[in-house]
Amino acid sequence: MSILTPHRGTQAVYAINPVAKIGAAFVLSLTLILSIDWVSAAVALVLEGILFLWAGLTPRVFFLRTLPVWIAAPAAGLTTILYGRPSGETYFQFWLVHVTDGSIELGIATLLRVLAIGLPAVVLFVTVDPTDLADGLAQVLHLPNRFVLGGLAGLRLVGLFLDDWRSLKLARRARGVGDSGRIRRFASLGFALLVLSIRRGSKLATAMEARGFGSPIKRTYARASTFGWRETLLIVIAAAVALTAVAVSVSTGHWNFIGSTG
Amino acid sequence: MVGGADVSARGWGWRHAGRAAWAVSELDLEIAAGERVLLLGASGAGKSTLISALAGVLGGADEGEQAGSLLVGGGRPEDARGRVGLLLQDPDSQVMLARVGDDVAFGCENLGVPRDEIWRRVASALDAVGLHLPLSHPTSELSGGQKQRLALAGVLAMQPQLLLLDEPTANLDPQGVVEVRDSVARVLEHSEATFVVIEHRVEIWRHLVDRVIVLAPGGGVLADGSPEAVLASRGAELAASGVWVPEYPPARPARASRASRLGRGLSATSGEAAAPDCGRQGGLISAQLPRVAGKLAEQRWPIERERAGVGAGAAAAAADTRVDGVLLSARELAVARMKGHPVATDLALDIEAGTALAITGANGAGKSTLALTLAGLLAPARGTLQASEAFASGAASEPIRWKSRELLTRVGTVFQDPEHQFLAQTVRDELAVGPRALRLPRAQIDERVDELLERLRLTRLAAANPFTLSGGEKRRLSVATVLATRPSVLVLDEPTFGQDSRTWAELVALLAELLDTGTALVAVTHDAAFVDALADREFRMPDRPTPSVPAPAPADSQPHPTLTPTAHPLPDLQITKSAPKSRGKGGFRDPLPGARAGEGT
Repeated sequence: MSILTPHRGTQAVYAINPVAKIGAAFVLSLTLILSIDWVSAAVALVLEGILFLWAGLTPRVFFLRTLPVWIAAPAAGLTTILYGRPSGETYFQFWLVHVTDGSIELGIATLLRVLAIGLPAVVLFVTVDPTDLADGLAQVLHLPNRFVLGGLAGLRLVGLFLDDWRSLKLARRARGVGDSGRIRRFASLGFALLVLSIRRGSKLATAMEARGFGSPIKRTYARASTFGWRETLLIVIAAAVALTAVAVSVSTGHWNFIGSTG
Repeated sequence: MVGGADVSARGWGWRHAGRAAWAVSELDLEIAAGERVLLLGASGAGKSTLISALAGVLGGADEGEQAGSLLVGGGRPEDARGRVGLLLQDPDSQVMLARVGDDVAFGCENLGVPRDEIWRRVASALDAVGLHLPLSHPTSELSGGQKQRLALAGVLAMQPQLLLLDEPTANLDPQGVVEVRDSVARVLEHSEATFVVIEHRVEIWRHLVDRVIVLAPGGGVLADGSPEAVLASRGAELAASGVWVPEYPPARPARASRASRLGRGLSATSGEAAAPDCGRQGGLISAQLPRVAGKLAEQRWPIERERAGVGAGAAAAAADTRVDGVLLSARELAVARMKGHPVATDLALDIEAGTALAITGANGAGKSTLALTLAGLLAPARGTLQASEAFASGAASEPIRWKSRELLTRVGTVFQDPEHQFLAQTVRDELAVGPRALRLPRAQIDERVDELLERLRLTRLAAANPFTLSGGEKRRLSVATVLATRPSVLVLDEPTFGQDSRTWAELVALLAELLDTGTALVAVTHDAAFVDALADREFRMPDRPTPSVPAPAPADSQPHPTLTPTAHPLPDLQITKSAPKSRGKGGFRDPLPGARAGEGT
């Protein structure tokens, strides 16, 4: 349950408001999806690589948590090499597969881009505690309490759903209906889980209501969520990385907006 | 210190939307500020409805219709939010946040309490319930009893003038019950709040309350007075309606003596014609009938009746064949819910036809995991679990390799949470699921379903959705669904948890009859009375070599005082009476002296 058990540590990064982390990841990804060229992605990746030293993760934890990105990036790159828009010299062609200079360049650009967007997003998120995030969303971004705290409390039910799922599966076997096809079984299990989760949800809602949630009284917050110089600094750093990447890419003539031919 | 709030009901009633009958009606009741009340009543008398109404969480006009008036501290309960604290039954659905401190603070935040004051209250509330854990301790690592105390702390931090407890210990094991009861006792010592608790186990609370109110099922109040007076005058009546009254324990069935059962086991071989065998069992049952309580005694166990009457159609004979002797034997068995994480290892035990085996032990010792493994639902992590040839009757010798359909007539499993095993839209269809999977003829399915409905008092509910039943009804249904396919082995996981005394007695009587017909019983239980009433043998799970102490968050692991057990001046609860513990190693205890012969371990 990686989403429920954030990585904890004592480094400065853990004290940064999650809203700022989301903001930083947002700034980076938004800039990097504007173009598909290898230069901007490579520059961003190099700068990020240096910054990751301060991410508060050991190498082991870093690679464990970012493993999906390391798998997704080459996969996306390879697909683009095989099926990407052909241009330049052709190296290999078979049915829809068409490997050319252009598709290779696109493939490398895609691989770097997935890494440059994916890695910082994961690194910033693994240190986010859902409770702190909810505090930030409610107090810094002023999102509605009902939405934020309802979501937060609901998140806690996810672990219970996993237990429910296991028990439901065993119960089906015990009741003699566990021999049916995989798809049918999955569908009926899914429905049963839905019924159970709605019941759990409504019980939770009652318990929350009984603790005064949803009353007209103006809510206070036990934990202050602030946005100070650290948070600003993180976003400034992210913006600087993004701008440097764009600047290098534009000045070397590799920048291309998505959709424009390049 | 805040004072208490009074409660006043005048001709109050509530009808849930879409229901014809009123859940509560014509209720006149005055509870003075600071009074401590135990609210009793038969299941369906509207106790929970009343307490929800007092807490202001019944909902508005679209949730139901109200009659008369109900006031808390002179005002409507909905407006008294924060002045009323409610502790509910289910520990899991009352934890809202990931960390202990935040969870306690939640109610205060909603009431707009200033930040400094919140943390002062959190500290004193946690202290009041005796939960000495770091504020950042993860709530997911608490036991059931700890979760309930956490929820109680959350309620106390709101400084309520009216404290409401809705069966707060029904989902807890005996240790959790004591924990919560002691916490409440400590809280009440320092509080002036009015206190109302619903509970069908009287002995838990009788020394903490100064008044007992009994709601009448039809509406109004049946009895009202001091605990001694009410229990003296209405004790028998209450016990009959399902309340656990210590002076009137539920009837226990007389079991056929083990010797006679073993004798039968030796003489009757598997596959023997059903009728003569059954004649003898019929005799046995009728001999014990006068001693079985209440309505249950009015009819014979229908399966037996069918066996005697119908003799055997080919399909029925296949399903009804009783096998004798050792059915399942486990050797060097390790059990695991998740691959690679065995919770208990090196277990050796035999499941014998016609005998009851109770699996007991501490929380987390792997009782349920063992039961699910014996039931052929989980694969053994190591070691062997072998079915005897007669029991396997053509299927593989390892139960985990049996098809789902093959399990039906061999092992039936009653899960701890009945809701996990419900599959159909109506009670009637629910009972037919198993027989249908066996592809029994339609007429036979109907016959079995009708008998079970009748036998387990569910006929009235045949068209109801299983999820809408009460706790006791759900339990009865979950047992009935399993009996519909007549398995040779019945595995039950905490079958008596949270049950009222009437359901308890019915369940125990039913299981005793099944035992006498040769069914083997395996029950995971904390219930000492259940063990006393039924078990031929008790298998105590070995204590885990490395107890799972929750790892504190590194950031603030200090100070980390562990839970301090509180010395409670209250009398020991009868229900917590547990067998003398043979610490450190698991194994059999034999409640029946001299009955150990023939055991394979």
